[in-house]
Formats: sequence, C-alpha cells, structure tokens
Amino acid sequence: MLDTIENIQAEIVEEFAFFEDWMQRYEHMISLGKSLPIIDVAYKNEDHLIKGCQSKVWVHAALENNQLVFTADSEAIITKGIIAILIRAFSHQKPMDILNASTGFIDEIGLKEHLSATRANGLVSMIKQIKLYAVAYQTQVKDTD
Amino acid sequence: MTEIEVTAIRKDFPILSRKVNGQDLVYLDNAATSQTPLQVIEAIVHYYSHYNANIHRGVHSLSQEATEAYEAARIKIQKHFNAAHAYEVILTSGTTHAINIVASGFETLLQAGDELLVSALEHHSNIVPWQMLCEKTGAVLKVIPMLQNGTLDMAAYQRLLGAKTKLVFCNHVSNALGTVNPIEEIISAAHAMGAAVLIDGAQAAPHIQADVQALDVDFYTVSAHKICGPTGVGMLYGKEKWLEKLPPYQGGGEMIATVSFEKTTYAGLPHKFEAGTPNISGGIAFGAALDYMHSIGFIAIATYEQQLLEYATKTLLEIEGLVIYGTAAQKTAVISFNIKGLHPYDIGSILDQMGVAVRTGHHCAQPIMDYYQIPGTVRASFSFYNTFKEVDLLVAAVKKAKSMLC
Repeated sequence: MLDTIENIQAEIVEEFAFFEDWMQRYEHMISLGKSLPIIDVAYKNEDHLIKGCQSKVWVHAALENNQLVFTADSEAIITKGIIAILIRAFSHQKPMDILNASTGFIDEIGLKEHLSATRANGLVSMIKQIKLYAVAYQTQVKDTD
Repeated sequence: MTEIEVTAIRKDFPILSRKVNGQDLVYLDNAATSQTPLQVIEAIVHYYSHYNANIHRGVHSLSQEATEAYEAARIKIQKHFNAAHAYEVILTSGTTHAINIVASGFETLLQAGDELLVSALEHHSNIVPWQMLCEKTGAVLKVIPMLQNGTLDMAAYQRLLGAKTKLVFCNHVSNALGTVNPIEEIISAAHAMGAAVLIDGAQAAPHIQADVQALDVDFYTVSAHKICGPTGVGMLYGKEKWLEKLPPYQGGGEMIATVSFEKTTYAGLPHKFEAGTPNISGGIAFGAALDYMHSIGFIAIATYEQQLLEYATKTLLEIEGLVIYGTAAQKTAVISFNIKGLHPYDIGSILDQMGVAVRTGHHCAQPIMDYYQIPGTVRASFSFYNTFKEVDLLVAAVKKAKSMLC
C-alpha cells in the first residue's frame, strides 16, 4: 500500500525544512535529480516535451494497475531534481487523487524562491502536464470497487 | 584605469552596491544591458521634475525646453558617431526597431530573386525582420558562414557577393561570442558590388566608438541601454540618400507635413521615421549616457576591458573541462563558455545563488548554438565598472558550481 499524496508531500516539506541554506537545498535537489526514474528513450520526443521550460524536459505517464506511473528526463540536473520531487509526490497514484491533490507543498519547501522566474514558470508547466495526464487517464481507470 | 579610478566609477552606479541572495552583486550580464549611472538617472529625474512636455508641438516654454534638450541629445549622438547630419540620426525604441524600419522600407526597393546576405553570427533581431522581408518580396536570404573560432568565413563572403546582392547585414560585435567583425572589409566589398550594408552596432557601442563616415556604412543601429543609457531608446543612423529612398515606417503625428483626407505629405528627415510622441526623457538620457562614457573615455574603457578579458580568460581556462566558444583575435570583453557534461542553466542557477549575474541560454542567437551543437552557453560579459576581484569571484563561483554539479 502506497502512501497518500498528502503524506508524501508532508514528508518532502519536512525533509527540506531540515536544510539551513540554499547550498544544501541545491545539493539535495541535485542528488534527487540523479535518482529520477528516467523516461524510455522511445518517448524522448516532441510529444513528451513540456512547453515553457528553458531546458528541455520530457515527461511520460503510463497507467499501471489503475495508478499513473511517471518517468521523465531533462538536460539540466537541477531541473531533473525539480521533476524528481514532483514525480515522488504524484507517481504511483490514482488519476483522481492526482487531480484532487493540492500543490501547496511547492511553496512550503521554498523551491520557487530559489528558482529564476523562467524556471518557476517551467515548474508550473510541469505540474500542469502531470495534471493533464491525470485528466487524460482518468477515463481509462477500471472501476474495481 | 587604476583600481582607485574603478572604485570611484563604481560609486556612480548605486545598483552595484546591492546584495542578491544575501551576497554582494557581481554583475556580469553587461551584454544584455548595462547598468545606469546617477548622471543618467538624474537626467531622467530632471526632465520629469522640471520640463516634462511634448516636443515639436507647443509654443509654451516647457515644450520648447524639452524640444531643445531632445534635439541637443540628437546632436550629441550625431557627433559621437560622426554622422554628417543630425537628421541622419533617427531616434528609435532600440536596435530592433531600427532594423525593422530598414527591413520594412526595403520592401519597396526589392524584387523577387534579389539576394540579401546575413552573417551566421547574428542576433535574432537581425535575422527575423529580413526573413519576413524575403517572404514578402521573394528575395533570397543567404548566410555568410562562420568558422570554429567564432569569426566569419570572409572567403565565403566574397564568393556569396554578386550582382544580385542588394543588402548585407552583420553585427559589428557578436552578442553571443564577442567577436569583432571586420566590418570595414565587409562594407567595402559590398559597396564594390553595389549592395547596401546595415551594421548592428548594439554590442559594439559600449566598447568601440564607431565613425559612420569613416566606415562609409549605409545604416548603423544602436540601443542606448547597452551603453549606460535607459531602455526603450536607440538610434538608426542612415545615409541621407538611403533614408530619403525608404518610405515611412509608421503613420501618425510628428511624421507628417500636411494631412487632409485626400492626401498626406510626409515630413522630412528625421521626423518621417519618428511617428508619435517619442521617448523624450529616454532620448535626453541617451545623450547624457554618451557624455558619461566620454567623461571616462572610450580608449581608457577599451584598454581596461581588454585587461579584464585577458585575466578572466586565463583564470577560467584553468578550470578543467571548461570550454570557451569564440576565440577570435579581436574580441570585446565577452566570454561564452560551458563545462563539459554540465548544462549552462545549472551553472547559471548556482552562480545566481552566489550573487553572480550571468546570462545562460542561446543568447537569441540559436544558429550559433546549432553550429557548435550545444543547447546554450554561460556568458559572462564585462564592463568598465567591473573589477579583477569580481573576475576572481566569478571563477570561484564556477568552481563551486562544478563541484556541486559533477
């Protein structure tokens, strides 16, 4: 049984609260970036490219056992770290839960303060794409209850 | 310039003493925009506090004072670039606007099959208006290729020039690489074939005082904000014979002689190209910015910036894996670089956290990035108010970024 989105987000917020300065936050994001579940090279194409990011970001979603599983990649390691945080919060969750989830944890971890405006816009685009995938796959969820 | 002189100059720029992300600002994005000295800020404040009025219209004193100040600025600009006449200096919103005036005007002078030559080192603003012109006229855009060291292939240029060539456009200095192009040679070769030449001087203006008559250039464009002036104002210099040939760019007030619903006759130069109320305070401040630059001296500025460039190049190259793009013998103080295996955005983000402002990305010159097959670079661009200590801070920040990211 996987944790709820809410619990995972709380865990991420707690983790980031532990860091005292930007350098530790960045180092953490870089190490998260290195653990990102990497997108299959076959999906690393124009269709999976997120518009509005300054460095290229690709995100793919697949439905497995009624849960959305995300994989991604980026040219830039800090961007990979950002997408890794989002994937940790939203991957292996039901589309409806993803749609209903709040994204306030992003503000709580102070990520935006450390991103340039263009990067912060990219972050918004990534969240939008994740939610769009959830909308698209919601119709394919099999009613097992 | 000595260290003491630079310290004194820095006091003219209040922004240089602010902090960014808790660190002292190290501003190395001067090729994007230069900082503004108090003397220029005061010119703007003085205008709005004492004689804000529309120009060339009112008989009242304020309007006359504003008109005189604006036209005095035009003469300062004329003298700085050694234009033959003040009316050959068109005040625009910047380089992009200036290029668009010429590109739009040439629509009436081109025929299908005419050829335009563009250098491979151009900013998008000196590519896109010409592509639009080609779409409208059926003219053909040909590219003067670049070489590995970031200079133009001049032999290829000579081969591309022909009887069909009508226009050649090229920057004086590349914004992405800092290469100083051999514009004298480009201009004379084009003229020998009867083609006109537009030189985009946006990146050259802060470092090199161009003499448009000595260059014999047909059009030369500049943005004030690269040369310690405000944003939203710039210059189109054009030879009288060319400006007379081009039709007006925009219709409106100021650019007319007489208007009736049957027929409007256009005003003479420079007003033909200056429709509407211009950026009056900006024009006046552009003049003040040139005064400021001359108070330091262009030769002193160029000499000092070359020392900064040499020192920064040497110390950055000591970092293993660092590659500099653009290694021309003639360069302004711009260093475009990457570290093998790292993305420029990552380096730029970490530099920003350390208070070091650089540009990252394709610098609005995607063809150059395509040539090197890279997504972009980190670009540090220096001004006369930067210090050797700031170069050290840049190098230390790049080393830190490398250790965090690798």
